[in-house]
Amino acid sequence: MDTVFGVSYKGGVVIATDQVNARSILMYQQNLDKIAELSSHSAMGVSGPNCDLVNFSEYISKNLALYELSNDGMKLSTHAQANFCRGELAKALRKGPFQVNVILGGYDENVPNGGSLYIMDYLGSCHKVNYGAQGYASNFTLSIMDRDWEEGMNEEQAVKIVEHCIRELNMRFLLNQSNFIIKVVDKDGVRTVKADSDPSDN
Amino acid sequence: KQYYHNRKMSILEYNGAAVIAMAGKDCVGIASDNRLGIQYQTVAMDFKKVFKMNDTLFVGLAGLATDVQTLDQLLRFRMNLYELREERTMTPQVFTNLLSNILYEKRFGPYFAEPVVAGLDEKGSPYLATMDLIGAIETTKDFVVSGTCDGNLYGMCETLYKPDLGKEELFETLAQALLASVDRDALSGWGGVVHIITKEGVMSRELKGRQD
Repeated sequence: MDTVFGVSYKGGVVIATDQVNARSILMYQQNLDKIAELSSHSAMGVSGPNCDLVNFSEYISKNLALYELSNDGMKLSTHAQANFCRGELAKALRKGPFQVNVILGGYDENVPNGGSLYIMDYLGSCHKVNYGAQGYASNFTLSIMDRDWEEGMNEEQAVKIVEHCIRELNMRFLLNQSNFIIKVVDKDGVRTVKADSDPSDN
Repeated sequence: KQYYHNRKMSILEYNGAAVIAMAGKDCVGIASDNRLGIQYQTVAMDFKKVFKMNDTLFVGLAGLATDVQTLDQLLRFRMNLYELREERTMTPQVFTNLLSNILYEKRFGPYFAEPVVAGLDEKGSPYLATMDLIGAIETTKDFVVSGTCDGNLYGMCETLYKPDLGKEELFETLAQALLASVDRDALSGWGGVVHIITKEGVMSRELKGRQD
């Protein structure tokens, strides 16, 4: 049900998710932030039941923080973080799976385009992509991204693609997801570009 | 989760794959398709299923993508450990036995992957092997296949294969066998990659196929 998608560009990545938290016929909240900030220069859009969403993203981000503390401030690259995530999903699969599908994006200086985006499903398959989407949203947004995405785009163009996808979802997706949160990860770190509904509102 | 499909897909068909390997004259070739899907939806068109273990040994892994990736990592780990301890390169026969052992260890909760091993043994002669998801080994002198279109691949190989092909002819044969097979399978395709291994080195080429 959750909409999670991401687009990479020259200099970073953009990740967008809807903000709905619902179960069965009840809507708990419309301002949930489903993009977990993993480290200073990486973030992960997560889809799935709220329990797994929160538990998995906190488990990963705290373990990444522990690595930095234990290893004298050494940061893990986005590729390493994605691989760690994949490993945890694969390990948990045959014990007690995390039912989360994620899009992990980060910025590294030594990577050619700066930004790298990884798509992972709950089984633990991980693949580096230029753009990706999880959930029902993929049926609507992947074709748009196939058409609009170009090598060497800038942040503004990438955000335009995200907005194009959101407009399409609002028009054609059965579920009404009126609020979206969009975060950008670039050389300056993770920042929220747009949050239709403020996650810190009670 | 899928509303509009009625046939229950087996776990081995969840992501889709096609892997093929053939023996030539003092060379072996191994090829795979490029598709990564989630049931009927295509997620990526550059997900290769052949992994280089060393200059004369490649393994192709068809099946559930998560297990394909786990096995690739496990095999490199175990191979590195072997080479550190034994101070010699692992032969294809030993590698095949190692892989079989790793798979059988999980006999009652297996890795959903069916591998294909292609390499040159110490004397430089071609070595091919395949196994099922629980590690039952079969070695052959001609060709081995695995994946969602293995029936198609068997048919193409049986028809096109000739013994003692040179590396260019082997490449053509592998390419045609793979492309024709994946074109009749919804779950595999989107191009492919072929590696031809000789004692001089490895020649790798991308295949341009139907992008559907």
